[in-house]
Amino acid sequence: MSGRRIPWFLILPILLLGVWHLAVEQRWVTEGIIPAPAQVLESWRRWIFGAPTKSLSPYSGTWVANVLYSGRRVLEGFALAALVAIPLGIFVGWNRLVARLVDPSIQLLRPVPITAWLPFAIAVFGIYDASALFLIGLGSFYPIVVNTSHGVRDTNLLLLRAARMLGAGERTVLLKVVLPSALPSIFTGLRLGVGVAWTAVIVAEMIAVKSGLGYVLWDAYYVGRMDICVATMFSVGLLGFVSDQIILRASQVVLRWRTLERHA
Amino acid sequence: MPEPARHPATAPVAELRGVFKEFSGRSGRLVALQGIDLRIGPKEFAAVLGPSGCGKSTLLNMVAGFDGPTRGEVLFRGEPVRRPDPRRSVVFQEAALFPWFNVLDNITFGPKTCGVAAADYGPRVEALLEQVGLRGFERHYPAELSGGMKQRVGIARVLVMEPELLLMDEPFGSLDAQTRSVMQELLLSVWERHHQAVLFITHDVEEALLLADTVCVMTARPGRIKKRLRVDLPRPRPLEATTSPRFNELKREVLGLIREESLRAASDEPR
Repeated sequence: MSGRRIPWFLILPILLLGVWHLAVEQRWVTEGIIPAPAQVLESWRRWIFGAPTKSLSPYSGTWVANVLYSGRRVLEGFALAALVAIPLGIFVGWNRLVARLVDPSIQLLRPVPITAWLPFAIAVFGIYDASALFLIGLGSFYPIVVNTSHGVRDTNLLLLRAARMLGAGERTVLLKVVLPSALPSIFTGLRLGVGVAWTAVIVAEMIAVKSGLGYVLWDAYYVGRMDICVATMFSVGLLGFVSDQIILRASQVVLRWRTLERHA
Repeated sequence: MPEPARHPATAPVAELRGVFKEFSGRSGRLVALQGIDLRIGPKEFAAVLGPSGCGKSTLLNMVAGFDGPTRGEVLFRGEPVRRPDPRRSVVFQEAALFPWFNVLDNITFGPKTCGVAAADYGPRVEALLEQVGLRGFERHYPAELSGGMKQRVGIARVLVMEPELLLMDEPFGSLDAQTRSVMQELLLSVWERHHQAVLFITHDVEEALLLADTVCVMTARPGRIKKRLRVDLPRPRPLEATTSPRFNELKREVLGLIREESLRAASDEPR
């Protein structure tokens, strides 16, 4: 049997699930705190599809709605960040004056963790969507702007000269040379950014808004529903993975010339 | 106001007058070029031959308009060179193709950028694809091409601009010997057809003698022009020209100049 036929990637998760199951069954962990995998799966199923009989559980059948709440916030905040960060990153990377004007402020504000902005966001925007959008947008803004400006600055000097000696002005150079050459870095920024966006949405929903997966996570913790907490963690992980894959696939379509380069 | 003198047909296409170039680095100022005087006439194929680090690429960059002289003048058609211009287009050592464009888009980048109508450049592109042997590779991306094929695209994308001066910066320097002689033959056949002025930078004595009308031998840093030789070999020159007695005579002369120069450089070396 060839090594490629074995689904290697499944081995470690199955092993971890086994250890988790054993730990609960053998009472290695305090009883009643950590639910078993099977229990989480059942709770997750009910959370998604609802209970067979009329249930008193407030979570029953609300998964899709909460995923949509969180997903929409991530999408909006992330899109907003990309819309500002990509053009700004291009200008910062391209123009030394803009870089000197903007870059220090970005570098100074960047180390402030998104969680530290929470009180500020709530004070300014209140317990509304705007708070969440602000935090998500801010969080994903940094990796996108930093990577974009890096990519622009790394543009091969020879390619710039080649374009100029062929008659290209500043605009053509930016659109036909600098932008395509920076695209791989821009996509790296977008992938990092969408990861931060999911972190930010959970933080924001735990405290600043009253819906979405983050809200469910905190709420379930308060009422002692650890099964729902764990199911939420899996949900967020899955959604983060899917959004990363979407961007990765998009980049593979846009950067087809680059995959050729790697095989050459 | 007096009318500006028209540029006569026999006047040099490009001219360097008393050109100095200095770079300031960590270890102080570095003189790259010292008092360069050079004229390239219409239809002249001029080679500049020199050891690495002698500033010959710096010289070309100034004619291209990528860089300016510290002192002196660089003129093109009697006007000072200020910026890159498609009339003085460059073939780089690394072909420097746009990796996100296929062969055809790389070649048409210049005409499209300069707003030339497709009806105008279309036939030129077709002819060039034939001349440089790229037919059938139009949709290939640079990553899919060998070094020699990339350089064919590099040559085609500047020839399509019908430059008055072709600047070539060791264009075949990174190719293997086999491909290099194929490309030299190709360049000769293309040049005999278009016949524009050429400034060709190289460190290969045989290459300079095979291709050029005149060869300027440069000194090691700081770069000066030691001697300018006329290569009086008949054209068209097949590759076999490199075995003729006259070729060997010229080669001996150039090698002698280079040996003199390297001995001088070695004795100048601080101990």
